[in-house]
Amino acid sequence: MSSTSILLWSVLPYLAIGSFVIGLVWRYRFDKFSWTTRSSQIYEGKLLSFAGPMFHLGLFAVIGGHIVGLLVPQSFTELIGLSQEAYHFGAVTMGGAAGFATVIGIFLLIYRRRTTATVFAATTKNDKTMYVFLVATLLAGCSATLSSAGVIGDEHNYRETVAPWVRSILLLHPDGTLMQSTPLAFRIHAAIAMSLFIIWPFTRLVHALSAPVGYIFRPSLIYRTRDNESTTGNRKARPGWERIKY
Amino acid sequence: MKVMAQMGMVMNLDKCIGCHTCSVTCKQAWTNRSGLEYAWFNNVETRPGQGYPRRYEDQEKAKGGWVRNRRGRIHLKGGSKARRLLSIFSNPRMLNIKDYYEPWTYEYDNLISAPLGQQTPVARPKSLLTGKPMKIEWSANWDDDLGGGPSNIEKDPILQKLSEDVTTKVKLAFEETFMFYLPRICEHCLNPACVAACPSGAMYKRAEDGIVLVDQQQCRGWRMCISACPYKKVYFNHKTGKAEKCTMCYPRLEIGMPTVCSETCVGRLRYLGLFLYDADKVLEAASIEDEKALYQAQLDLLLDPNDPEVLAAARAEGIPEDWLLAAQNSPVYKLAKVYKIALPLHPEYRTMPMVWYVPPLSPIVDVLTETGHDGEEAGNLFGAINALRVPLAYLAELFSAGDIEVVENTLRKLSAMRSYMRDINLGREPRPEIPEAVGMTQESIYEMYRLLAIAKYEDRYVIPAAHSEQARELENMGCSLDGVDMGEKFGGPFGQASGNPVPVTIENFHIMRDRQSK
Ligand code: SF4
Ligand code: SF4
Repeated sequence: MSSTSILLWSVLPYLAIGSFVIGLVWRYRFDKFSWTTRSSQIYEGKLLSFAGPMFHLGLFAVIGGHIVGLLVPQSFTELIGLSQEAYHFGAVTMGGAAGFATVIGIFLLIYRRRTTATVFAATTKNDKTMYVFLVATLLAGCSATLSSAGVIGDEHNYRETVAPWVRSILLLHPDGTLMQSTPLAFRIHAAIAMSLFIIWPFTRLVHALSAPVGYIFRPSLIYRTRDNESTTGNRKARPGWERIKY
Repeated sequence: MKVMAQMGMVMNLDKCIGCHTCSVTCKQAWTNRSGLEYAWFNNVETRPGQGYPRRYEDQEKAKGGWVRNRRGRIHLKGGSKARRLLSIFSNPRMLNIKDYYEPWTYEYDNLISAPLGQQTPVARPKSLLTGKPMKIEWSANWDDDLGGGPSNIEKDPILQKLSEDVTTKVKLAFEETFMFYLPRICEHCLNPACVAACPSGAMYKRAEDGIVLVDQQQCRGWRMCISACPYKKVYFNHKTGKAEKCTMCYPRLEIGMPTVCSETCVGRLRYLGLFLYDADKVLEAASIEDEKALYQAQLDLLLDPNDPEVLAAARAEGIPEDWLLAAQNSPVYKLAKVYKIALPLHPEYRTMPMVWYVPPLSPIVDVLTETGHDGEEAGNLFGAINALRVPLAYLAELFSAGDIEVVENTLRKLSAMRSYMRDINLGREPRPEIPEAVGMTQESIYEMYRLLAIAKYEDRYVIPAAHSEQARELENMGCSLDGVDMGEKFGGPFGQASGNPVPVTIENFHIMRDRQSK
């Protein structure tokens, strides 16, 4: 295995995980104030009303597909009587549809961002960089789906290569050789995705980590006493604006 | 019974001259930052008029507040929790900046830097959102003082509602129009829709004084509160991506100072004080079927601070003695519950708003005087209140869910006060039958007069000192200078401000010591 391969498939994954986890903890502790969606809906709502849900819901399906595809071993699905052919068919059609919706969604969102003057003016350099990585990951992912379906090149069963590799990373026994035989599309997708995870904590993507599922279960009204207001994770107060403690 | 204290405000609309001082001083104190250019925690709108943001009272559009379902339970008008979560990617009720206005500045620099030429240089308006030149089309108070004429005014949702009712002919002809000003801040509701709508749990009601706040560290910008508040008093800071709202100037209240809007009010028409209320009954009161009964239900929530049973229950909840004293002297309690002349704004939204209004009598007095009558004669006034159904119906839509009788009773009390006091001021024999006609005594009407007309500073603002005392106590609780590991200038393992926060007094002690000349 070449040193580039080792770097890419055995070292980079841990760099990505490290940056992701440490970065998130760091940001949560020291810059919680900036942890938001930075929504631009107040500027423009029409395009967003379908592009926003299309992208996000599509992305949820894509993420769900990744979790099943990467973490559930092929032997398990076969054990419960799901043949590889059937699984593959389902994965490609559903994954393809979800990926398609996500890509259309993000292009509409970028179109909206670029053409609505107010939204464009509120787009930072950080956002633009993030979009490059995000779009590249999505496009590479779609081409990987196409290649696994045999539309590009030969059909490829990633559940024998990529999936075990991901599990080997998570089990702290990195086996980079598994990735060497995969089609180029998969390797590109995996590499860009890892770099996306590296920059994740430092972009607006952090909002994904605060999906408010707890809302469903909490009481409608919230009372808080003055003395236990949260004090962790605040950025250092600027001179003259020090936090008043009660 | 669970007794809780609530900071409340009353505004006496008769005295508002629409000068916008309150809005401007509030802006200077709280929202003169980028991202909040369009936010007016305090705004003053001319009624009839569209209000700010435009047509905020049209709940069919933004679906603010609560509604009661067939099973007798209330839920947010914007839909269920699950539905709200599904719409976080794009809130279909969210307001657009155009519903407020596009904030702008002028290219002032051009005035001094333009090259010498034929024309006088001008400062063109420039959008604060895009930085590009823009055409100014709307702003807050565009229809101030009925500006813009009928085409603007008739979009007032309340007027539209009234004109649907065939029995009330709403005439927009200007000579027949009445008008008054309505200053608005966040209502610090007992049943706040904004809190219930916040998916992150960042919005909360302070247990001590009921002030509704947004935790800026916890807000994630899901913008559900913006549409859920029926008064549209949560604003989206488009630079930070977080919701911000009126804080009732809590840092000032805590040290016993009135809010900025109250302190600077030119008409001196704002009152601040405590209510004691029964928190266990709020939901029940907000769920009453008949909208017109909501005002009474809200009134019933307010507990009598002189009732020994209430006091005992309040003490059991740990409400300090001076707060109880403040509640007993509370001007807002007197105006709302004892004299019953202050009314909640739109009780039908079922949020139990805690900013109350003494409805304006002046438009009616003015009409009387203009038609050649003695505008302050009790008989004339009582008759006129009855005759002028349109202003009355309009006021009722604002303050009592359309129940004209409620508004009528308050206006009768106000006119009785005017007439009764006029006799005294003119050295005539006071007429006890005037207060009697509105179910008051001479003493109580005189007290009411002192509170409304003399309106001494210390009578208008009864803000319990414990606000600050309690804060001091908490600040120093369990902290002594010995045994506190100060580290290197309070730095935790990850540098400044990490680790456990250091009490402000200790921090000050060290800062002061460092400043001392060695
Ligand atoms: S008026 Fe204030 S407390 Fe009431 S719902 Fe609106 S923002 Fe919340
Ligand atoms: S400062 Fe007072 S008088 Fe002037 S607009 Fe505000 S509430 Fe009315």
